Amino acid sequence: MTKRIVIIGGSVAGTMVANRLAKSMVKELYDGELEIILLTNSLQHIYQPGFLFIAFNEGFLEQFQKNQKELVHPKINLIIDQAKIIDVKNNKVVTEGQSLDYDFLVIATGSYPDMNSVPGLAEAGHTFYTLEGAVKLQEAMLNFKGGTLLLTIDVPHKCPVAPLEFIFMADDFYRELGIREKVKLKYTYPIGRVHSMEAIASWAVQEFDKRGIEYEVYFNLEKVDPERKIAYTMDGAEHPFDLLVSIPAHRGAQVIKDSGLGDEDGFIPTDRYTLKMEGQDNVYVVGDATNLPVSKAGSTAHYEADIVVKNIISELKGIPASHRYDGKTFCFIETGLKEATYITFNYEQPPRLCPPSEMLHWFKLSYNEIYWLAARGLL
Amino acid sequence: MSEEVSITKTIDARGSYCPGPLMELVKAIKHGQVGDVYELLSSDSGSAKDVPEWVNKMGHELIYCKPEGDFWRIAVRKTK
Repeated sequence: MTKRIVIIGGSVAGTMVANRLAKSMVKELYDGELEIILLTNSLQHIYQPGFLFIAFNEGFLEQFQKNQKELVHPKINLIIDQAKIIDVKNNKVVTEGQSLDYDFLVIATGSYPDMNSVPGLAEAGHTFYTLEGAVKLQEAMLNFKGGTLLLTIDVPHKCPVAPLEFIFMADDFYRELGIREKVKLKYTYPIGRVHSMEAIASWAVQEFDKRGIEYEVYFNLEKVDPERKIAYTMDGAEHPFDLLVSIPAHRGAQVIKDSGLGDEDGFIPTDRYTLKMEGQDNVYVVGDATNLPVSKAGSTAHYEADIVVKNIISELKGIPASHRYDGKTFCFIETGLKEATYITFNYEQPPRLCPPSEMLHWFKLSYNEIYWLAARGLL
Repeated sequence: MSEEVSITKTIDARGSYCPGPLMELVKAIKHGQVGDVYELLSSDSGSAKDVPEWVNKMGHELIYCKPEGDFWRIAVRKTK
């Protein structure tokens, strides 16, 4: 009897899982013993780190997107539709057009930045965390002739180093435009240092001081007055700005909330090692959709995908799911328009940061292309 | 006294480096209700300093902060 795996979500996590499963189970797919369905609501697969480059007019959307059909293995059943309800009790996913029964389910529905999470933010602020936001911000940044550019960060958010990348790139950007002395760059962070990771925070502060970037810690945004252009924080302080760029709190996909599966933010309680949804033996969760206390990042999705694929294959073969995710994350950090560094860590190993270099910047740029190999399950 | 505290939610952030235990607590407090009590479990000894500092700065209540084996157990009440 044909076993069916349904994967919901066609971004980095879902596409990798689908392709790696297909590559490993080719015979079973062609023999009809296995069916892999990748359910996604968009035919376009977008490489989200590209949004940062778009915001600085350093790249175009066409460089960062591909048609999903070009990326998936030919034996994957690609369905473009919107998942409406995930019914784990009855092992089925209900979409706008059909109902899909499954033997194994992989939830890779991601997360989204919620600009409505803070009153006034959507009206007053910009974000480079969406395509639409990056395009609008590009125009705003190019037209910005001087004043205070305030960057605020809420929790949780994907790509933990992107706020630092943004502020360093902004510093280079306005220097190149010759107006850096007219632009006050102010970076803020919710806790008592400029980044959650001490190694990054220590290094970043030195860079801030070197570049004349102002920073403020214990900054927890509570509301924004779009008319007066003032940001108000939890401690009661007022912060005037001329251009507000925000990384707001992220939420899980609507289908998770509608299905009653996630926590108050729409993220699914997940076993941190097996990556199974808590309480469900045949449901795996991967990428931003989990509630795990790990980075919401592409690399996390990549490493998690490895484990999920191996565990599903084991279970298909009647072997217990013995593979364990060790919390591994690896992140590039653009330190300007010409240099980069990286950081790596896992549940046991604290973060290690290496010195920035031009070579790593070029490697990061190369990864923008190599990513497509990873999405295809080839890396 | 600490044994009588009713915990609204336990946040197991052991082994978490990013976003890290304090950020996990900040997330919970921001989205919670006044009066909620969160118990944070952290294997990062820095939390014993970072968390009380943040709680004090933001005006919430630190109920306890105690070591337990190889991790820390920290309870915070959201007061506003």
